[in-house]
Amino acid sequence: MAQCAGNFNAALERGWLARVNLIFSSSRGRAVRAPKQKILASIKIFPQNLFYARMKAKIIITPKKAVVDPQGITVLKALEHMGHRGIKAVHVGKYLEIELDATDKEAARKALDEAAHKFLSNPVIEDYKLEIE
Amino acid sequence: MNFAVLQFPASNCDQDCVHAVRALGHTANFIWHKDTSLGDADAVIIPGGFSYGDYLRCGAIARFSPVMQAVKQFADNGGLVLGICNGFQILCETGLLPGALVRNRDLQFHCEQVFLKTNNFETPFTNKISAEKILKIPIAHGEGCYFADEETLAKLKANKQILWQYCDANGNLTDAANPNGSLQNIAGICNERRNVAALMPHPDRASEEILGSADGKFIFESMIAALQNKTAAKAA
Repeated sequence: MAQCAGNFNAALERGWLARVNLIFSSSRGRAVRAPKQKILASIKIFPQNLFYARMKAKIIITPKKAVVDPQGITVLKALEHMGHRGIKAVHVGKYLEIELDATDKEAARKALDEAAHKFLSNPVIEDYKLEIE
Repeated sequence: MNFAVLQFPASNCDQDCVHAVRALGHTANFIWHKDTSLGDADAVIIPGGFSYGDYLRCGAIARFSPVMQAVKQFADNGGLVLGICNGFQILCETGLLPGALVRNRDLQFHCEQVFLKTNNFETPFTNKISAEKILKIPIAHGEGCYFADEETLAKLKANKQILWQYCDANGNLTDAANPNGSLQNIAGICNERRNVAALMPHPDRASEEILGSADGKFIFESMIAALQNKTAAKAA
């Protein structure tokens, strides 16, 4: 039983197990479900964040105001041509969706923020907004 | 003199750059973007093309290729680096040159001959260009509009880092002569140290008369002369 608990711990630590259901094999080779209390007891010692969660980051990248945006101007003119009135400005940007498995939302946000600043956007000509859910 | 010409996935002017250098009697080697060494290169050329399909932004992904670490080291040690078209975009993304290249103002891809006025004749890229000479060189780009903020532009001007500007046949800087909306008609710049330079036009496509102009040769010849002077100075 101790051996099984050890394997269970190791497997959880490696993030292989997302669910609590486990079947411990008995010494006679027949699979038996371990008593609920034993499983619950072994779960308590593991911190919550060993379980990975699927998160989705949404990044909106827009041209800086100082950069002339001919695409935006063209789209605005086209909208006016189609009959829309009162449109003051159009800015054409980029939208990225990044799906990731992470245990810590804040750490993921920090990492993606760095990626957005260094690579996904060019700070010379673009601004970005990052949301994680 | 030995030139290293980089190759990224979808670079397409590498062959022209190598040919231009070899036609001048010097050696040129292709360096694959995954190589981490430039060999015994005396100068590096980052050629034109659509590296990585221009995905995300032109040059945004190429900038992280392994070879760029070696290029950065080479530039930090004073080595000569010339970026052409996509090469200009990659150098800006890397931060070795200031500013950025964005979509042409009229949203059109421009493939035509332009005239360039040289502003600083005392760099390794312009020392063979005679004063008053207007260079006729072709462009072929959709994202060649140079942008930098006011402060950077002022610094570039003050430091004489703006090497080439689009002009008409008589050397006048006009709007009509500006094919892509670049601020101050900027076609090419260099860094403060003057060892890294780049331009949107293609000197590699103007190195033989049969192509319509051989004015691009002056830029390569300038680099060769600068390297030869450096070697001579070291020997002395």
